[in-house]
Amino acid sequence: MAVFEALLELADDHLILGHRLSEWCGHAPMLEEDLAMPNMGLDLIGTARTLYDQAGKLEGKGRSEDDLAYLRGEREYRNCLLVERPNEDFAHTMLRQLYFAAFMRPYWLAALTSTDEVVRGVAGKAEKEMAYHIRHAGEWVIRLGDGTAESAARMRDAVEGLHIYVDELFESSDAAQEAEAAGILPVRADMRAAWDRTVADVFAEALLEQPSAAYAQRGGRQGIHNETLGHLLAEMQVVHRAYPGARW
Amino acid sequence: MYSQGLIGADNRTEETPEFLARFQKRIDAEEKIEPKDEMPEGYRRTLVRQIGQHAHSEIVGMLPEGNWITRAPSLRRKAALLAKVQDEGGHGLYLYSAAETLGVSREEMTEELLSGKAKYSSIFNYPTLSWADMGTIGWLVDGAAIMNQIPLCRCSFGPYARAMIRVCKEESFHQRQGYEIVMTLAQGTPEQKAMAQDSLNRWWWPSLMMFGPHDADSQHSDQSMAWKIKRFTNDELRQKFIDATVPQAEYLGLTIPDPDLKWNEDKGGYDHGPIDWDEFWRVVKGHGPMAKDRIKARKKAWDDGAWVREAALAHAEKRRARKIAAE
Repeated sequence: MAVFEALLELADDHLILGHRLSEWCGHAPMLEEDLAMPNMGLDLIGTARTLYDQAGKLEGKGRSEDDLAYLRGEREYRNCLLVERPNEDFAHTMLRQLYFAAFMRPYWLAALTSTDEVVRGVAGKAEKEMAYHIRHAGEWVIRLGDGTAESAARMRDAVEGLHIYVDELFESSDAAQEAEAAGILPVRADMRAAWDRTVADVFAEALLEQPSAAYAQRGGRQGIHNETLGHLLAEMQVVHRAYPGARW
Repeated sequence: MYSQGLIGADNRTEETPEFLARFQKRIDAEEKIEPKDEMPEGYRRTLVRQIGQHAHSEIVGMLPEGNWITRAPSLRRKAALLAKVQDEGGHGLYLYSAAETLGVSREEMTEELLSGKAKYSSIFNYPTLSWADMGTIGWLVDGAAIMNQIPLCRCSFGPYARAMIRVCKEESFHQRQGYEIVMTLAQGTPEQKAMAQDSLNRWWWPSLMMFGPHDADSQHSDQSMAWKIKRFTNDELRQKFIDATVPQAEYLGLTIPDPDLKWNEDKGGYDHGPIDWDEFWRVVKGHGPMAKDRIKARKKAWDDGAWVREAALAHAEKRRARKIAAE
């Protein structure tokens, strides 16, 4: 069950962030971003689907990817707080993406040697995707940080708003620790140096400073979320829940 | 997708009869006209307007389907819908690029859309009210668009014709995907089937209107046909669409909301009941149920994104200045 829960945490991170990106579709600052954000969202949702599917198989209760995505409430969701943060503006969205991808890239690279075949398969695809998410989001953080006075101010606001959610990325729940001990998943804390390097490189060019969190927010892995997740899930799950048992 | 009915050829021209005859000879020989070739001003204006309208339709068309991305009822459908709406944005991008070869910028075209000067397909001014609409739009609206667009792959203007080849491949995929959504609902629970029927009831007539007025009432077709921008008349395409779609609805066990619809053995096609042209002109003139919301959403995206675009330009300028300083 520990591996099931650990995969669920990972899957939830990817689905919720993918959903957030999908909220931009048709409303981006330029047409190129109307293509880029759904593209990144699709990467994340694709990864989530494989992980839910595998988690459901390991659990052995016959739950499908959709059962896991659509029929759990906010207290059962296990995503970290960073990914559920609202889009706010393009600066927040790109910084959130950079923070997440800067963590997931080294994570998936390390997972290439997982003892689990499915995890290795996901890692092989996802590490490449995360590399270009870092590049895409990182380039925007640089452009906005070193752009106009307004964009720089918005970028600093985004750093101020999001940095308190970073530390949770590096913390492993009890379930994750079991999966890590079994060599199925990489140790989250080990990603810190790579993450620091990626973010520091981008911030240096973006003329931004990385503050240290006076107090890091955490709780997503225990199902203690911010108030926004319930609204996201209510919207995401409404049709599925309105017609119990229907096939789509 | 676009509404062929909105598009009129602009045949005002100041060119000499010899020039026009020379140009027509190239058209008649099925030669492709390329951006740097000489062309009548009316031909250029007609294409700028048509390609611009087509591009705007793709962009505005992201909104009604975008309305359901966050509520798609399964992860598979969510991913497919997101990819589909992204494709529409991609079509917009190719089409703006094709129009740019005629000397008009994407910014100018966007401003014309937001000011209401440029039109887009009025089908997108109807609301999407249920998940079934994601199927019906793919099946009928993209289906109608394909009828319009397949002939455009042979359009006399090269960049437009080439863009349409890829666009048509993707639209054809969307059409099948839409049909498959409707089929799943039609074969599902009674509630799902009712949802599919309700959706067909709402989208059938607006889809027929996508082909534009009857040929007798369409002022601009002749010049566009002569220039081979357009290859079939509105009524010819509408007939093809109806003949292809009716058996598809029958297969699903859904009823087309037209009591006068019946097979006509003599013409080898279906006869249909009268189209509500008052509704057509009302919606074309900007009184569609969602017309104001659509433009408001596009304006909001454009205005809210202004600081991002300005920052990107400012950053590029800083880079350029630093590079020069370093040399």
